[in-house]
Amino acid sequence: MTETIAPAPAPTRPEPAGPRNPALARAALLLLQGRTLVVLVLLVAFFSAISSEYLTQSNLILMTKHVAINAILAIGVTFVILTGGIDLSVGSIAGLASMIAGGLLFTGLALPGGTLFFSVAVVILVGILVGALVGAVNGLLITRFRVAPFIATLGMLYVARGVGQLRSDGGTFPDLSGTPERGNQGFHVIGVDSWLGIPVAVWIMVVVAAAAVVVTTKTPFGRRVYSVGGNERAAVLSGIRVNRIKIAVYVISGCCAALAGLLLTSELGAAYPDTATTYELNAIAAAVLGGTALSGGRGTIIGTVMGAFVIGFLSDGLVLVGVSTFWQSVVKGAVIIFAVITEQAQQRLQSSLARRTA
Amino acid sequence: MSAEHLVARGMSKSYGGVRALKDVTFTAYRGKVNVLVGENGAGKSTLMKILSGAEQPTAGEILLDGEAVRLAGPRDAMARGIGIIHQELSLFPNLSIAENMFAGRELRQARRFVDGKEQRRRTRAVLRRLGQDRLDPDTLAGDLPIGQQQLVEIGRALLEDVRVLIMDEPTSALSNHEVDVLFEVMADLRAHDVTVIYISHKLDEFRRIGDHVTVLRDGSVVAHESMDRTDTGWIVRQMVGRDPDTLFTRNSSPTGDVLLEVRNLTVPGPVRPLVDDVSLTVRAGEVVGVYGLMGAGRTELVECLMGMRKASAGEVRIKSRVEREGTVRARLAAGLALVPEDRQRDGLVQTMSVRDNILLATIGRLTRAGLLRGGVEQRTAKSKVDELAIRMPGLAATVTALSGGNQQKVVLARALLTEPDVLLLDEPTRGIDVGAKGQIATLMAALAAEGFGVLFISSELAEVVAMADRVLVMARGRVTAEFTAANVTEEALVAASASDSVLEAS
Repeated sequence: MTETIAPAPAPTRPEPAGPRNPALARAALLLLQGRTLVVLVLLVAFFSAISSEYLTQSNLILMTKHVAINAILAIGVTFVILTGGIDLSVGSIAGLASMIAGGLLFTGLALPGGTLFFSVAVVILVGILVGALVGAVNGLLITRFRVAPFIATLGMLYVARGVGQLRSDGGTFPDLSGTPERGNQGFHVIGVDSWLGIPVAVWIMVVVAAAAVVVTTKTPFGRRVYSVGGNERAAVLSGIRVNRIKIAVYVISGCCAALAGLLLTSELGAAYPDTATTYELNAIAAAVLGGTALSGGRGTIIGTVMGAFVIGFLSDGLVLVGVSTFWQSVVKGAVIIFAVITEQAQQRLQSSLARRTA
Repeated sequence: MSAEHLVARGMSKSYGGVRALKDVTFTAYRGKVNVLVGENGAGKSTLMKILSGAEQPTAGEILLDGEAVRLAGPRDAMARGIGIIHQELSLFPNLSIAENMFAGRELRQARRFVDGKEQRRRTRAVLRRLGQDRLDPDTLAGDLPIGQQQLVEIGRALLEDVRVLIMDEPTSALSNHEVDVLFEVMADLRAHDVTVIYISHKLDEFRRIGDHVTVLRDGSVVAHESMDRTDTGWIVRQMVGRDPDTLFTRNSSPTGDVLLEVRNLTVPGPVRPLVDDVSLTVRAGEVVGVYGLMGAGRTELVECLMGMRKASAGEVRIKSRVEREGTVRARLAAGLALVPEDRQRDGLVQTMSVRDNILLATIGRLTRAGLLRGGVEQRTAKSKVDELAIRMPGLAATVTALSGGNQQKVVLARALLTEPDVLLLDEPTRGIDVGAKGQIATLMAALAAEGFGVLFISSELAEVVAMADRVLVMARGRVTAEFTAANVTEEALVAASASDSVLEAS
């Protein structure tokens, strides 16, 4: 039996294949992975070159405060998107929580024996619980009744908004400052006040973001969230209670939305039914900008927060330099689309670097 | 015309720093079946991707009819008459057979509308050639069993005027009867001077059909020979670099207590029960094989045992305790673990790292005060990687960067970490090469020796006969025969599996 071992080497001719220069490709990958940060730095550099007011302490603090509300919404939505779902109802949940809390502060809870007022802490808690409840309903619709997340939360977008309007018959609760005898003063603390020169809302964002980072990276729950979005069947076979995970992420999203709604209401000093309308789109945009894949399983909280910063700093910058609102929309939309394009480029580069096939 | 139809000369291909092909020269002879074998990671798929235009080589040239060509992409290759049938099915389940056949190259009427009638006519002709006369071209591809889907895939390639047809493991999902049909088709192609490049792991099969055999190992060609001058042992030695007799380790550990006892288990199905009144036992230290054809209910049986399907009747006892809950969690907790047949669909979380995949089922055990401990995670995963000899770029690499056999081991590692008493393995050697098969067999024997009960499903006769202490044969959801290692023969298995099978009748 004969064996022909690999024949004599033929003249080699280099051909372009995969990444031409691995080192360069790796550097490009690093740049793409940190692209949200890169974009943010470029934005700040760009606007501060045009306007001397942009890079001032007061403006930075103001912009960050604007970012805080969207960031909190987006963090909640990120949990949902990581499981491969979507939550379109967060803007309406924020509005509903605003109306429930505003109602409790302004008109109180009407009972047969008289009207009951609660302290601000209880009101905030109730507001967040409302968000959790709506999120739980979303989760149940999606798991028990097998409604597609897009449809379930689209329906909830209308339902929650409608319930908020019903609470006041479409009117506004104009004064949330409370009175000493009712024992419900101090709602302004979360949205108006500052601590150590930084708005309380920003501190809240920092706490929420830190908690979310720990949950996603350091807990079994977080790992399971990623696995459900990465491959649901494999998650099931690993003994993960997928339905519970899904309900939990919608509850988290609902809580975050309600919290954001309360911050917004506190900042405005009034609760009106259209609070946070279309904010769900900003939140999803922030998550996507930050590298969260809508197909699930990929994304980080830090990325989402950065995404929220990019959107916020961009919007405020455009306002500051006097760009019309119409152009603001155009630019924002273009940035989101560009973000997804670079995300694709990153995935391609990553897999071409990682691939070892046989 | 020269006998050498397609030659890849001096092929090298690197991915990042990894050299998948090292100066490989491969020749496909005109009108012959040119078999390419090699272990996973040997470079077969890479070579095929280059020959079908999907990848560009780092160095080397392709000669088609003696002329150097550059294949810019799959369409370019197709235009030159080079077609490929992939191992993984790429059909549209929501489209009919005919629509699938012409997807992307629809026939037109008046250059505008799709000519459905002509498409159906030609589809019927191709199906007839594939021995599937009874198949309606309007059937949705998703409604077909996997074997027939594979045939549709092959039909797609036949529609084109292919001169070189590359087939990557086309028989992995086919029943024996379907394999026979496929081989007739290949003989027919050969008669029409079509050059076939055939990649396979199934030694007995490619020896039947092949004319030439080329063996790849670690990215290099180690042997090239005319098939009639080889024997099975020689090929296996070339592939793995050692003797085949040592390949399948038979379990010889003493058996202990009954770990799994199934009584009268029935899983309802649309027409007839998918699993029909099945009873079986698995003891500690025992390797039990389940042989049967596709659709015999084997996968449904283990899925039901694992709690992924509901049983309508019957009882499952694990370590003499009846497990009534029937959820995946309860069955995992009770001591069962399943390594599924389709690891891409049911096993791996493709977006996660090797480490996270290994730890997925047991992640809840690795915490302190509710938080994961990176060091413990790393050590736990590492210990299983070492134990199962998983070859990988690193624990943090995405799991999709691994070869098929190593991916299979990742899923096995996850199952082992749940500390099961009985391991259920559904086609553990499907789509992996001889060397890795041997490793899996050794592993199964080692697990049995440690006191595990092992229940494995296989469609490969030689494997079942070589590895199992006891073999159950399933057909139409029922257990039709049971053999011990002492009295099992391949002939008896075939007879028992076909005696009652709807598939074989078609």
